[in-house]
Amino acid sequence: MTWNSEFALSILPDLLRGLWITIQATMAAITIALVLGLVVAVVRYLRIPVLSQVFGFFVLFIRGTPLLVQAYAAFFILPHYGIVLSALVTGIIVLGINYSAYTAEVYRAGIEDVAKGQWEAATALSLPGRPTWTRIVLPQAVRSIVPMLGNYWIQMFKDSAILSVITVAEVLYVGQTIGGSEFRFLEPLTIVGLLFLAVSYPAAVLIRRLERRLAISR
Amino acid sequence: MISFDDVDKSWGPNHVLKKLNFHVKPAEKVSIIGPSGSGKTTILRILMTLENPDEGIVTVDGDELWNVERGRRIRRETTQMKLTRRKIGMVFQQFNLFPHLSAIQNVMEAPIQVLGMSKNEAHERAKGLLDTVGLGEHLDHKPPKLSGGQQQRVAIARAMAMRPKVMLFDEVTSALDPELVGDVLDVIRDLATSTDMTMLLVTHEMRFAEEISDRVVMFDGGVAVEQGPPQKIFQDPDNERTRRFLKAVLEH
Amino acid sequence: MSTIIDYAPRLWEGLVVTLQLLVLGSLLALVIAFAAGLTRLSRHRLVRLPAAIFIEVFRGTSMIVQLFWFFYALPFLGIELPPFETGVVVLALNEGAYAAEIVRGAIKSRPAGQTEACIALGIGPAKRMRRILIPQSIPAMLPPFGNVLVDLFKNTSLVATITVLDLTYMGLEVRTNTGETTAIFATLLVIYFVVSLLLWVLMNGLERRFAIDRTKKSTRIKSWILSQPRGGAGA
Repeated sequence: MTWNSEFALSILPDLLRGLWITIQATMAAITIALVLGLVVAVVRYLRIPVLSQVFGFFVLFIRGTPLLVQAYAAFFILPHYGIVLSALVTGIIVLGINYSAYTAEVYRAGIEDVAKGQWEAATALSLPGRPTWTRIVLPQAVRSIVPMLGNYWIQMFKDSAILSVITVAEVLYVGQTIGGSEFRFLEPLTIVGLLFLAVSYPAAVLIRRLERRLAISR
Repeated sequence: MISFDDVDKSWGPNHVLKKLNFHVKPAEKVSIIGPSGSGKTTILRILMTLENPDEGIVTVDGDELWNVERGRRIRRETTQMKLTRRKIGMVFQQFNLFPHLSAIQNVMEAPIQVLGMSKNEAHERAKGLLDTVGLGEHLDHKPPKLSGGQQQRVAIARAMAMRPKVMLFDEVTSALDPELVGDVLDVIRDLATSTDMTMLLVTHEMRFAEEISDRVVMFDGGVAVEQGPPQKIFQDPDNERTRRFLKAVLEH
Repeated sequence: MSTIIDYAPRLWEGLVVTLQLLVLGSLLALVIAFAAGLTRLSRHRLVRLPAAIFIEVFRGTSMIVQLFWFFYALPFLGIELPPFETGVVVLALNEGAYAAEIVRGAIKSRPAGQTEACIALGIGPAKRMRRILIPQSIPAMLPPFGNVLVDLFKNTSLVATITVLDLTYMGLEVRTNTGETTAIFATLLVIYFVVSLLLWVLMNGLERRFAIDRTKKSTRIKSWILSQPRGGAGA
């Protein structure tokens, strides 16, 4: 009972289709995390009363609880209140909201990374608020924000596998289903692992390189 | 041109300015010397509106920049303050150039954004200014590619581009390697002799201060302990603290 | 809600299993982290390479995939582990790989002067590592270790998918038996959150205790937590 290449090859197309769902779900969740994270970051930056505290707690709570339980909770609770979404959409929303708690902090850290002297130089040149942000602060903040976000995108890609537990038909779910019906888990699960590695490892190398390049050109 | 009337400033228990009264005439070049932590830099930072005084009145060119009663909450960024601030330029110890912009973009930025200058005009002027400070060859270099001395000269050109009436130099050679100090001082010396800008320098370069200043102010413990023409201060100071300070810095 | 109280003993049992996973998993992860992290610092390529492959494979794939692979696929290669043991091993391997990079990074970022001073004093490589470089690197390791610890704790919930009777598994079971969906998930989330908070407080305390520069202004716990990145990311 060891590796069967013929079987492995025969299930590859199905697994690749699953990987495509994984990638699409990750992309959609990334979009949610980017936008929602920005909203949270701005509200907390502006210290809007009440809302700022609520978001602060929200971020803390999301960070302190497992994604798996969040996914189960959304999947089982939402229909109780008449919100009927497909497993895929539920999964995307949960993953996106989960990571918005991290991206919010990325924006803040990126802006704090910009040296205090840059703000002072802008004041000394009488630059008004808008050009100070758009021409001086944000272009510099982006250099540290992009690699940080990139690392989270890889994490999101990997964490999307957790959505298989709420029946999202991503690559791990496909692998499990094949394993269950064929009574062979070695090939499908090994291929699933290799597919994750094949995407995330080059992506990580790319981000490391990008990070270095952005850091040098500072 | 500049006047500080009864200006007070504390950092927690640290009383950095004690009821300071300090006046600078138009076109006057004033050097401020003294031990570190004596409030010298705070004077420049209050003028540049980077710090607010706790109390007192500061005027520049006849306009009020600060008028603070003790305990009153300070509202910054008023229109009057912004207009007055435009008359002042500042060069920092750490240069504070914008690292993502080239040398010439650093100099062009504020004239375009603040003075509403056209790109072409700003470019011409920036080129001229960078030529003057000896960086005509490095227009398109980004700050990290330049030496500290070159960066500081770009920073001087950047401040000059706003045509300030008052220039503040905050220990501008302190972060430089010794062999790069000379070029920066040459640029400042040129400005001092060829323009009628009012200049305020916080510096540890005593010989330079003696050479270019109309007046030297010795600062210690939040007060101006002595001031006068450079020859008087450096050759024959009246105050014991001035004498001790000069002895310490000139003898090493 | 009252039905939940009836089932509290079940949840308590689950929580105990979760905490066992947390303790055993993090201890084993710590061992793996130092073993792999130090191996990666070796001067010899052949020693470095296996450690590097281990780290990249476990960081490059999802923990739930690893869990499934160890539970469902490994038996096909003749190795069969009970669910709980599988959970501990996979948690430790996965988070250990992240922590190994932290160990490596912290030791590598020690100033060269420290190594040079040791050479000048005639302190050999092994002693240099054990007595000088590792102790000096601990303060730098602690904050990212804290993130890994909280991540490991949250990831313990994944073992429910391989039939380990942890808190999440018990919660799902109670939900099936009672139909109390909202109440049970609220309870689960709050329990997980409270334990995470305790871990954060613990790590914050350790960090202060080991800080080389004790005069550093203490930050408020909430902003401290918020500034912690997700374990492993960018480490």
